[in-house]
Amino acid sequence: MSGLVIDKQKCIGCGLCAGACPASALTMVDDVAQVDQAACVLCGICVDSCPEGAIAIVKESQGNTADYHGVWLFAEQNQGRALPVAFELTAKGRQLADELSTSLTVLLAGGPGIAGEAQALIAAGADRVLVGEDPKLAVNLEENYAAWLDQVVTEGKPEILLFGATGFGRSLAPKLAARWQTGLTADCTVLEIDKQSGLLYQTRPAFGGNLMATIYTPSHRPQMATVRPGVMPYPVLDETRRGEILACPFPQDFSPLVRLLQERQIQAETIADAELIIAVGRGIGNAKNVALARQLAEKLGAALGCTRPLVDTGWCEYKHQVGQTGCAVAPRIYLALGISGAIQHLAGIAGAQTIIAVNSDPEAPIFAQAQYKIVGDCLDVLKALLAQV
Amino acid sequence: MNIIVCVKQVPSTNEVRLDPETHTIIRDGRQSVINPFDTYGLEEAVQIKERLGGRVTVLSMGIPATERLLRDAMSRGADQGVLLTDKAFAGADTLATSYALSLGVKQIGEYDLIICGKMAVDGDTAQIGPELAETLGLPHIADVKKILSVDETSLTCIKLTDNGEQELQVPLPALITVLKDINMPRLPSITGVEFSLTAPFHSFSADQLAADTSRTGLNGSPTQVVRTFTPERGGEAQEITGSLDEQAAEILNLIKG
Ligand SMILES: Cc1cc2nc3c(=O)[nH]c(=O)nc-3n(C[C@H](O)[C@H](O)[C@H](O)COP(=O)(O)OP(=O)(O)OC[C@H]3O[C@@H](n4cnc5c(N)ncnc54)[C@H](O)[C@@H]3O)c2cc1C
Ligand SMILES: Cc1cc2nc3c(=O)[nH]c(=O)nc-3n(C[C@H](O)[C@H](O)[C@H](O)COP(=O)(O)OP(=O)(O)OC[C@H]3O[C@@H](n4cnc5c(N)ncnc54)[C@H](O)[C@@H]3O)c2cc1C
Ligand code: SF4
Ligand code: SF4
Repeated sequence: MSGLVIDKQKCIGCGLCAGACPASALTMVDDVAQVDQAACVLCGICVDSCPEGAIAIVKESQGNTADYHGVWLFAEQNQGRALPVAFELTAKGRQLADELSTSLTVLLAGGPGIAGEAQALIAAGADRVLVGEDPKLAVNLEENYAAWLDQVVTEGKPEILLFGATGFGRSLAPKLAARWQTGLTADCTVLEIDKQSGLLYQTRPAFGGNLMATIYTPSHRPQMATVRPGVMPYPVLDETRRGEILACPFPQDFSPLVRLLQERQIQAETIADAELIIAVGRGIGNAKNVALARQLAEKLGAALGCTRPLVDTGWCEYKHQVGQTGCAVAPRIYLALGISGAIQHLAGIAGAQTIIAVNSDPEAPIFAQAQYKIVGDCLDVLKALLAQV
Repeated sequence: MNIIVCVKQVPSTNEVRLDPETHTIIRDGRQSVINPFDTYGLEEAVQIKERLGGRVTVLSMGIPATERLLRDAMSRGADQGVLLTDKAFAGADTLATSYALSLGVKQIGEYDLIICGKMAVDGDTAQIGPELAETLGLPHIADVKKILSVDETSLTCIKLTDNGEQELQVPLPALITVLKDINMPRLPSITGVEFSLTAPFHSFSADQLAADTSRTGLNGSPTQVVRTFTPERGGEAQEITGSLDEQAAEILNLIKG
């Protein structure tokens, strides 16, 4: 029997769960919570609301997980170069593999010449790189990549398989998860191994970043996740590391249905990789002051970042927008001038090492994320900075 | 040209607040709406139908109250609504949801194109489109920002990628997921609203779809939520004090590392 179960012994009758249930499926009967199984949508909210741990969602377990070993990840490329997220994942994968006392395999696919990237991935922490080098893999197209990955993964049986949560990764990974009938957690920002079970705990934002959920895949393999770029730290490469590089050919008989007619790559300038970001929010006041911030950024060799309202009003171009619907950044220093710290903005700066926030409102939410703060007028601070550089 | 548009019911706001005392989630907005991305999918389907003829079906898996939203979709140009609703579908992750939707698609029968939104604003996974396509054995194109041409045999479109754009062609039947750039959804018309009141609406249970209940709902979901929480706030920030010049000097020190 699976579904929502309430432990009547543990329930203290506080009624918190009934208040939390969005489906009105819980009622208090004789001071004990009771669930209307027909109304319950198994959202799990009550499980977290119960102070006594009296509620659980149970399900029958199934599947055979013992045959699957090793941490694997897919290294996405563009125009023959492995993306930064491939290196971030390799560093994270190394850590997970060490915790599980197993090996780390990187799947590298691309057009002729892609094998040249393999050594750098070993330097980032891979034990083994499986290389698919074929003209059919030169451009990122889901069907071709799925054909190659299906072949190598079905044979290799990894326990964990990670993808970058790029546009391509978030289209390719679910195609494969459905083919293999396994679980896939989207756009994760935290990955941990649960010490007790050895399972991968995957934490991800949902509801536009307003809620975090930790998800696992107990009885299906591989445990799959896409991981948000720019969140995991970029590794220091160790050129002396040695590893194995193995060629895995593209299946000869495969031909895709989707045909590429044309590709246009727009070399969008991006602030994603900037070391130092001077970011402005509505508190900066006007476009003239934004120009001052731009000046400061230029003098410091920093990138300019901004919140969404500044793009909406035309004070900044979209390429400067940081946040959920802008760019995710991971600078060493993020100087936030007149930024309130809305959750959608914070979603983009989770990877920042040090945040310095200047805001006139002592209660501004940005302060809760910052390591350093100045409660005051950001324009004054900006001008004082300009005077000193 | 027969088109199926997948629509999901989502909360009208994605604000989740935490009660500071009880640490439980407060959800006052129990009002629900069609997932915003899906209204663009619907509009695109209706525009294609207006050019080529055929039928637009809106398909959803959800609670019985979702009927209201499917009727709303019919006031904006859809011809019929299909709702998959059953206790056995509850607790579904994306794999179990796409399995159920695949049964709905087969129940609807003849179709040339399936359109999903890029993502749902609550679950945010963007996985249903690709998983549904794979379950049905169809090719998919995600993140479509413009359809260049379409007829019963093939579709040509522009897909937005992280590095620019791809112009792609796919034989039909196929599945696409659409971005908000693709069109400007219309408002319901008066005739549309009248039509929607009596429009064909079918609801199916797991039994009626001959669903394998080991693949639906909670049982059919390989992923499980261990816990949910609102994002935690970091520790106390250190205040930079002194005159403006001293504060600026301290910031520059931090910047220089
Ligand atoms: C679906 C969705 C997606 C979104 N995506 C993004 C996104 O990607 N990126 C993003 O940034 N936002 C995004 N937003 C918008 C976000 O919710 C906030 O509205 C936005 O981040 C607020 O920008 P702000 O901090 O500049 O402005 P405000 O919230 O107005 O804050 C201005 C701050 O400046 C302070 N201030 C005022 N005067 C001064 C002064 N003289 N000196 C110092 N401080 C001063 C105020 O105290 C206040 O804290 C999104 C919203 C939604 C709904
Ligand atoms: C906090 C939280 C986190 C979650 N994380 C994961 C996760 O990481 N992995 C996972 O597998 N599941 C996850 N789920 C479960 C997932 O949200 C549900 O399976 C949901 O039914 C579909 O996923 P989605 O909302 O992400 O839809 P998306 O895949 O984002 O939706 C894309 C499109 O698919 C169509 N669609 C989606 N749902 C329906 C529907 N019910 N009926 C008709 N069309 C639909 C719509 O066209 C929609 O625009 C999570 C749920 C919650 C509440
Ligand atoms: S799981 Fe969700 S719907 Fe079911 S009783 Fe708990 S809160 Fe209500
Ligand atoms: S929250 Fe827990 S203890 Fe309180 S009534 Fe519900 S089940 Fe009982």
